[in-house]
Amino acid sequence: MDLPKDALHGTFTDYLVGFILSLLLTLAAYFTTTEHLFSKKMVFLTIIGLALAQAIVQFICFFHLSKESKPRWNLLIFLSMIFVIAIIIGGSLWIMYNLDDRTM
Amino acid sequence: MTENIAVHHHDPDQEAYTKNVFGFWVYLMTDCVLFGVLFATYAVLHNNTFGGPSGKDIFDPLFVLKETLILLTSSFTCGLAMIAAYRSEKKKVIGWFCVTFLLGLSFVVLEVTEFAGLVREGNGPQRSAFLSSYFTLVATHGMHISMGLLWMAVFMAQVFRKGITLVTARRLTCLSMFWHFLDVVWIFIFTLVYLMGVY
Repeated sequence: MDLPKDALHGTFTDYLVGFILSLLLTLAAYFTTTEHLFSKKMVFLTIIGLALAQAIVQFICFFHLSKESKPRWNLLIFLSMIFVIAIIIGGSLWIMYNLDDRTM
Repeated sequence: MTENIAVHHHDPDQEAYTKNVFGFWVYLMTDCVLFGVLFATYAVLHNNTFGGPSGKDIFDPLFVLKETLILLTSSFTCGLAMIAAYRSEKKKVIGWFCVTFLLGLSFVVLEVTEFAGLVREGNGPQRSAFLSSYFTLVATHGMHISMGLLWMAVFMAQVFRKGITLVTARRLTCLSMFWHFLDVVWIFIFTLVYLMGVY
């Protein structure tokens, strides 16, 4: 069986590195929360940062997005998805919190 | 990609591989938008507990950590299965996917246990806006995992009968992308729903 030349696939090292990093980031987020390491705001910012870091690790190690050669269609669609989600989540929170403030 | 087609003779199965896997990636990205909408709904409604329990009262972080580690490990074993698939090692593929299946199944069992406990105590989705959005988000993910398990069982039978060909490898690639994707979604459920909920 020959895969197409441009097919994205990973090596054992990719998966192992991805797994170990994800494990560490998950445990870090867990203990930051349960041990109440910082103030509430700092804890929230830290664990959101850790979640984003873990997502990036997995997109690189498990989806091999960084190995794609030009034209990077996969990456392009990925970035437009991020853009849409940022509008949906950011927009909803913005509008609803404003509404909360005004109706209280 | 265009250059490759011009220079080399392309086997139709190889072309189907590239197109299918790319199409599946586009589907996954639209699925991300679906989850994005559910996350936005949860973010807006999570304080509207209507006198019922809040996340702090009902979430057990250690229990959720177990679910998270099980799902993460299954994502890793799914990757190992794919390495074996690209080397046409049929037995290893079936073996690693069986491990992935069992881990996925235990994840679903844990989630159903958690949901059943909540419903038994009267904290079902109808209790408050917070619980409605919580159940919708987490159960949509759980449904995806259950569909993935069904899909995995079907493909294992196919690999068992047909062996590893470019066609079965293509299908396994899509399945593995689906599985890795669900783990990425779970990272955010773990962090935004559970960890932020119990703080």
